[in-house]
Amino acid sequence: MEVFIQQVINGITIGSLYGLIAIGYTMVFGIIGMVNFAHGDVFMVSAFFALIFFLALTAWLGIASITITLLIVMVISMVLTGLLSWAIERIAYSPLRGSFRLAPLISAIGMSIVLSNFVQVAQGPRNKPIPPMVRETFTLWENNGYAVTISLKQVIIMAVTAVLLVAFWYMVQKTALGRAQRACEQDRKMAGLLGINVDRTISLTFVIGAALAAVAGTLYLMYYGVVHFADGFTPGVKAFTAAVLGGIGSLPGAVLGGLLIGLIETLWGQYVSADYQNVAAFSILVIVLIFMPQGLLGRPEVEKV
Amino acid sequence: MSTISKPWDKDPVLTVEHLTMRFGGLVAVNDLSFSAGRGDITALIGPNGAGKTTVFNCITGFYKPTTGMMTMRHKDGATHLLERMPDFVVSKKAKVARTFQNIRLFSGMTLLENLLVAQHNPLMIASGMTFLGVLGIGGYKAKERQAIEKAKYWLDKIKLTDRADDPAGDLPYGAQRRLEIARAMCTGPALLCLDEPAAGLNPRESAELNELLLGIRRDEDTSILLIEHDMSVVMEISDHVVVLEYGTKISDGTPAETKNDPRVIAAYLGVDDEEVDKVEHELDEVQAHHTQGSGQ
Repeated sequence: MEVFIQQVINGITIGSLYGLIAIGYTMVFGIIGMVNFAHGDVFMVSAFFALIFFLALTAWLGIASITITLLIVMVISMVLTGLLSWAIERIAYSPLRGSFRLAPLISAIGMSIVLSNFVQVAQGPRNKPIPPMVRETFTLWENNGYAVTISLKQVIIMAVTAVLLVAFWYMVQKTALGRAQRACEQDRKMAGLLGINVDRTISLTFVIGAALAAVAGTLYLMYYGVVHFADGFTPGVKAFTAAVLGGIGSLPGAVLGGLLIGLIETLWGQYVSADYQNVAAFSILVIVLIFMPQGLLGRPEVEKV
Repeated sequence: MSTISKPWDKDPVLTVEHLTMRFGGLVAVNDLSFSAGRGDITALIGPNGAGKTTVFNCITGFYKPTTGMMTMRHKDGATHLLERMPDFVVSKKAKVARTFQNIRLFSGMTLLENLLVAQHNPLMIASGMTFLGVLGIGGYKAKERQAIEKAKYWLDKIKLTDRADDPAGDLPYGAQRRLEIARAMCTGPALLCLDEPAAGLNPRESAELNELLLGIRRDEDTSILLIEHDMSVVMEISDHVVVLEYGTKISDGTPAETKNDPRVIAAYLGVDDEEVDKVEHELDEVQAHHTQGSGQ
């Protein structure tokens, strides 16, 4: 029982990160019907931004407070990653809008390779570590010598994710930009005729998705303490799986899918086989695509006439 | 057409000059010139395939016309050349709004949201590109409240206030048409282009529509350009009628003038009964003459 609860806590932590990344996939898919395969690598680059600025702030400027450092690093990483994603959209996707459907997809795969290879060359092929920063761990209860613990890192991850999701939900539901995004999702031409700058709305969607991925990237770096140039791939594909599982295009679905993938992965690792953790996660992708292509919360595909 | 200056030429809100739209070898609109007077309801009529919707698509930035000039003149004297604008600027700067023959509401969004989407630009500025809006800083709350007020005003006008929070796709057909007009009005247009607003409406709904359009002309600073097949709507509410046939203008005048224009009658309203009788009579005479001739 204790082991199970411990794994659930771990699963939710990872799942929160997947959820944050999955939102980027699902929003972009919702608005332009394209899978942004470079999103995982954008996440990886954001972790490197966080790494660089974390080291800069602590080593050069000597800021001692971890909270302040973390906050500054997160904001910087969000801004820079947002800019990066905006540039990617402008350079690699927006000129291909109106081209055949596969064109932006292939461009995204190319962008993904560009990003990971650039980081490999610029940052080196090894794991990049940061000194461990948040070490506190709380024991929730102890039984038969097994303590269920939750680390402060996990609390931070869950809390930051929850706060961001609320803010994000408010943005999509209640602000002009959110309404414009939903309008563009349904009928881009009509949205344009109502005075909405569709291109800008699409760009902002990429920026917002990237900013959420940057939060995930910063938290990922804090949680594991290392980042590697190929780290975009596995979490990226898992977050994509999460988006598909939840129903691609659905925002609550992305978060739900992220949490489920996180839980399945850790529980599978605990009870079945840690070696086959990733196999479990990706098997879900296959099974969902075969038996439930619209996902858990997705709308069934309606052919537009 | 005629050299006498028409009332709508004095202070036009929209002037279309020598508009031509070609699709490959097909000339959809051929050297069309007309003007729509400020505060008028101008109707654009013609048989199927006359190029009416193509004219709308050119005005609202859907198509780039092959040649021609379309000028919006605002009350403050500002002029905008529509053929040079991408579609969202046509609404944002030139203040032209339109509806479609087949309804294009955001069916998954509520009625209120549909009307708020149309007020995107002022809200976007007020929310400091959303960032400040999410944080609750600045005048966003007040602007949002204003926008909701405006939306409620229009919901009231189209008599759908009690359904404000339902998805737009759930409305009956006639109500969706009215909502589409209300949404277009929420953009604060100087010119409202309506593509067959009465299509598919029953007589009662059609009368409600007339009332709504006349109300817009009376109360708002909005001129209306209308494509319509329903002649009762055209004759009842429009001030000025432009008739197209095969992309070319064949008549331009008041409803009474166009109604009696023989070219319009021939092209659009068909030949009326008296004339048919007359022709038949003549044919009979000719035939009788022939049979007489062969009998001799």
